[in-house]
Amino acid sequence: MRHSILLAGCLLLATLTSALAQSSGVTADQVWARATPGGAKTAAVYMTLSNKGGGDDRLVAVTTPAAGAAEVHTMTTENGVMRMRPAGPLDVKAGGSVVLKPGGLHVMLMDLKAPLVAGQRFPLSLTFEKAGKIDVTATVEKAGAMGPGGSMPGMPNMPGMKMNGSGG
Amino acid sequence: MRFRSPLYAAEIAVVVCLLAIAATAAWWGTKPGKPEPAVAMPAIGGPFTLTAADGQQVTDRTYRGKIMLVYFGYTDCPDACPTALNEIAGALADLGPRADRVQALFITVDPQRDTPEVLANYVKSFDPRILGLTGTPEQIAAAAKAYRVYYAPYKSADAPDGYLMDHTSVVYVMNEEGRFVATFTQETPAAQMADRLGKLLAKTS
Repeated sequence: MRHSILLAGCLLLATLTSALAQSSGVTADQVWARATPGGAKTAAVYMTLSNKGGGDDRLVAVTTPAAGAAEVHTMTTENGVMRMRPAGPLDVKAGGSVVLKPGGLHVMLMDLKAPLVAGQRFPLSLTFEKAGKIDVTATVEKAGAMGPGGSMPGMPNMPGMKMNGSGG
Repeated sequence: MRFRSPLYAAEIAVVVCLLAIAATAAWWGTKPGKPEPAVAMPAIGGPFTLTAADGQQVTDRTYRGKIMLVYFGYTDCPDACPTALNEIAGALADLGPRADRVQALFITVDPQRDTPEVLANYVKSFDPRILGLTGTPEQIAAAAKAYRVYYAPYKSADAPDGYLMDHTSVVYVMNEEGRFVATFTQETPAAQMADRLGKLLAKTS
């Protein structure tokens, strides 16, 4: 009995939380970061932003207690040359989604307060032009991981297993 | 700070064309063990003198007899370099004991920040067998020139020390005699790298 009340409570809370997130229209899911290789002072955070609201929105700022600065960067590879640039405000169109993943967009954390260790979780605040501030939690994956709960360095890869994003 | 002056887009295009020609030439090229014919093949790779983590000077000749994987990057690079090193680490793991005949090198394009200690600490997070190499700005420039690698700082106010690095993100595969045989991108999956390396190793075993 006590369990079912607890369960019902959890469900209600989950529904409310989800409703709150829905009301702003913008959600951030699958928020993950790469563990920092030894000594690295920067890290990348990836996520999927979805806009289920009626109007376009844009991500204007990212802050986290884990780093002194956080900035959305885009990475392009042209003729084999990799260039990383601040992406500026990131448009998330009504009904659309934007995927931040290796080889494309990422939130670059700079001036890290401490190394990011696989398995850790840390908070981030995403500020949208219309939806305002959304607090999310990032899960730290292994250094060089290609996705949340994805490939692990040094682990033999199964043939045919696709773990790479298409990039760009 | 001294950096190599940026190439123009046209020059990059030429380099890519040369790379493609070289790759094709290498693919259709001579049997292993037989000396390369004296044709005007664009040379990818060449002499370099750099410093390893233990302070030891190494050159391109240090790793003769092994297949070299050569990747240029820097440790403040959060996306491309960890991806490439992760895939290289995965390929070494896939190769098992055959990885003893492969030497992966991570050559920094940011010698100001990437000291031998910084590099050693960084690469061991992926695989302790990957060697981080640095040098004087002139030595790095010479190594990059040998591999037709482009690199240049990009000023960015929030970035560490106010700059990011643009750089060629290509894994060069050099055979046991130090000759260029293939390239991988930073996104070539580990299994695919291991497969290609396995075939190259099988030719000479």
